[in-house]
Amino acid sequence: MSDLVSQFGPLWGTLAVLGQILGFVIVLLISLAFLLLMDRKVWAAVQMRKGPNVVGAFGLLQSFADFFKFVFKEIVVPAGADRSLYLLAPLITLILAFVTWAVVPVAPGWVIADINVGILYLFAMSSLGVYGIIIGGWASNSKYPFLGALRSAAQMVSYEVSIGFIIVTVLLFAGSMSLSDIVAIQDGGFWNWNVLSFHAWPMPMFLVMIPMAVIFFISALAETNRPPFDLPEAESELVAGYQVEYSSTPYLLFMVGEYLNIVLMCAMTTILFFGGWNSPIPDGFVDNWPYLAAQAWHFFWFAAKVVFFFFMFAMVKALVPRYRYDQLMRLGWKIFLPTSLVAVALVGAAVVYGPQG
Amino acid sequence: MDAMLLDYLPILIFFGIAAVIGLGFMLAAFVIAPSRPDPEKVSTYECGFNAFDDARMKFDVRFYLVAILFIIFDLEVAFLFPWAVTLGEHLGPFEFWSMMVFLTVLTIGFIYELKKGALDWE
Repeated sequence: MSDLVSQFGPLWGTLAVLGQILGFVIVLLISLAFLLLMDRKVWAAVQMRKGPNVVGAFGLLQSFADFFKFVFKEIVVPAGADRSLYLLAPLITLILAFVTWAVVPVAPGWVIADINVGILYLFAMSSLGVYGIIIGGWASNSKYPFLGALRSAAQMVSYEVSIGFIIVTVLLFAGSMSLSDIVAIQDGGFWNWNVLSFHAWPMPMFLVMIPMAVIFFISALAETNRPPFDLPEAESELVAGYQVEYSSTPYLLFMVGEYLNIVLMCAMTTILFFGGWNSPIPDGFVDNWPYLAAQAWHFFWFAAKVVFFFFMFAMVKALVPRYRYDQLMRLGWKIFLPTSLVAVALVGAAVVYGPQG
Repeated sequence: MDAMLLDYLPILIFFGIAAVIGLGFMLAAFVIAPSRPDPEKVSTYECGFNAFDDARMKFDVRFYLVAILFIIFDLEVAFLFPWAVTLGEHLGPFEFWSMMVFLTVLTIGFIYELKKGALDWE
């Protein structure tokens, strides 16, 4: 938003940026409250239950009630714990989960920080996310959190490697690390989305990119410690993993951070493979619309796709049984990593020797 | 200020706001919620009996191996990023094949690691 600063001067420009970020954060937190509810409702529906339905109509206010309950609970710091690190860990998780959202474009031009290395920034921030968990597990000085943190760290770094390679395949098409550019090359209909890649026609890149999108989605499940890869918090063996000793708002921060990461992964799937804020049909007609109407049109498609992928996350949680740890590591290192490595070579060859090369 | 650095200013502000929200949540519980610790409550959780000893114990060396492998491959991805952005437009077949040689060397190392059983969790 450097244009705001040059437009309004340093003081008012900074204040305008501040207002934008505050608005963004509030919208993000409120949508998160309802997505959390949706997660529980979907899970309940699969198990033929009603799910939360007492607080507000259809339980719509459940997440807000939960928030107040968290605030009124006592913060218990275990006796042997490293007090400052113990409280720092959830804070790190939350802050990192939040700042990653700064580069996510939700509509044309609507992004907090349109930096030219957006995807690198995303990659770096999601790597740092491991620290919150490791510090939390170590500082608790309890056996379950310690084991949970170790598992979690190993799992997250394993799947980050294949996520990195998959991102490279998208970068090869986009020729830019800015997320806005990556979205921009996918306009003009769903066949141009990276998952089908008809913008590279006559190269049949969908043969590579459909598997890549699937692998990315599965890696995103593992990266965010979601079922079926929720081994760090497998309740039957590790109780709740790295969060065993946490209570009250420190636990809340972990949970909000985790869900922010989940929604971020849904947004990344949308941006990298499913066209971001592009509609599935050629939408040249919105150019004549008023600015806000066109933005709303694009934002609708972005939000709809993100909610769809969140629904998929919830369904996977409800339907798929948990992996064993050795199966998890085998899937990450021996299947996903070689597959994505081959995909990088194939897409690279297509870019160099294809019609655009 | 530099225009490029100015692009990162919103991230800095975002960082500040996120820190304020996190600290605010935590302080709210410190202020509002009761605090009545007793020895049983603050003892660490261990399935119904008192904790035996310090929890920071030795752990499996394979976690360490995974971390080392991760560093190698993450660096590799970091090398691939600028290559991927410029390939096709500025870089041609020569650069493509140089990267393939680099990837092959790494893959040979990876296969060696697999054969050694570094990633077997039994």
